[in-house]
Amino acid sequence: MTTAAAITPAATGRRQARGNPALEQLWDLLDQVKDPEIPVLTLWDLGILQDVEQQGDAVVVTITTTYSGCPAMDMIGDDIRQVLQQAGYANVTVRQRLSPAWTTDWISAEGRHKLREFGIAPPVEASGSKSALLGDKPIVPCPLCASTRTERVSEFGSTACKALYRCEDCRESFDYFKCI
Amino acid sequence: MNNPADNTALVHYAIGLADDALTLGHRLSEWCSNGPFLEEDLAQANVALDFIGRARMLYTYAAGIEGRGRGEDDIAYRRDCREYTNLLINELPRGDFADTMARQLLVDAFDVEFFTALTVSADQTLAAIAAKAIKESRYHLRRSRDWVIRLGDGSEESHQRMQRGFDRIWGYSHELFAMNAAEQGLADAGIAVDRSSLRSAWDKIVDAVLAEATLARPAGDWAVQGGRDGIHTEHLGYLLAELQFMQRAYPGLQW
Repeated sequence: MTTAAAITPAATGRRQARGNPALEQLWDLLDQVKDPEIPVLTLWDLGILQDVEQQGDAVVVTITTTYSGCPAMDMIGDDIRQVLQQAGYANVTVRQRLSPAWTTDWISAEGRHKLREFGIAPPVEASGSKSALLGDKPIVPCPLCASTRTERVSEFGSTACKALYRCEDCRESFDYFKCI
Repeated sequence: MNNPADNTALVHYAIGLADDALTLGHRLSEWCSNGPFLEEDLAQANVALDFIGRARMLYTYAAGIEGRGRGEDDIAYRRDCREYTNLLINELPRGDFADTMARQLLVDAFDVEFFTALTVSADQTLAAIAAKAIKESRYHLRRSRDWVIRLGDGSEESHQRMQRGFDRIWGYSHELFAMNAAEQGLADAGIAVDRSSLRSAWDKIVDAVLAEATLARPAGDWAVQGGRDGIHTEHLGYLLAELQFMQRAYPGLQW
């Protein structure tokens, strides 16, 4: 699996964690867990899933929240426990890690592709780029017709992580996954 | 932290910051279903969630280091007005949309500077919470700035109400920069942020927005303080009565 363009120590750490062959089955099971609000994305695609550890029969899954107030985090924890418990892992702990803070750079290439297919425009640039930092309005191509003649309707869309845009050409409104 | 005295100061510091976030988050959540139009309704609720999420992280941290067996909910729901230590600006009623946006600009501009400074705190948890909060405060500021300019440089009516919003709240902004002895002690230890040092950066952001919005900076000839000492406006009691109702009526209630 390839990941987003930005190579950061945190992104490398996630890939290394995933590369441990002894835990391959656990990682594959966790790919069944989707984001409750964007059900085409796995937790890995979205960059929420950080690490999995196993000691005896105890499994510890480490996740990082997207936004501080994301109301889906409790449900994500429940979903992780349910999937692993159904596969026979009775002792599952879900731990939240605060640092480093989640960034849209962790959304995988596969995740960006799936977002577009789903009708959500993926983040257009690395979160540390100049225009993202200065708050310039990015050019967000329409996920439906690929036109770049789009305008922002609201800083927030259906969830905190998205903004609402409208396409001037096909006239459809769409969600845009903001860069943070 | 081996010295218990230091730990108490840190617990109070984290709870004060959490109280700031919770009271303002609650005020913003009051716009849910009352926003001027659907997109703005969603935006207010989303910003409210960011603040409430921030409060939860800070309460959870305070409860953990305090080690008295309290959880985040106990701290949020089982303290009365005098035990709340939020800065007064956060508890004021939401007023009209201009009042809400005037407060939001002042707080967002402050938070961008404050959390930037807190990311290098010697306390790793506070630094991690700040690293998360700063990303959110940056786009909060983008939005409150947009609204203040749009309303200030808008119609005669919107200009007048935006100006009135700033005139009404300005006296509460000074407390954002006030340090007390406990906070100064933590700042000297590299844990807390020296709020008083953020004033000129804040002035620069706020003055630039006011100028672009064709609004006048209020005179600044009155100031109200007391939140960190538990001395509040009459509005906090009503806010807590609603916020805490379920836990007061059914103590220990779980979802």
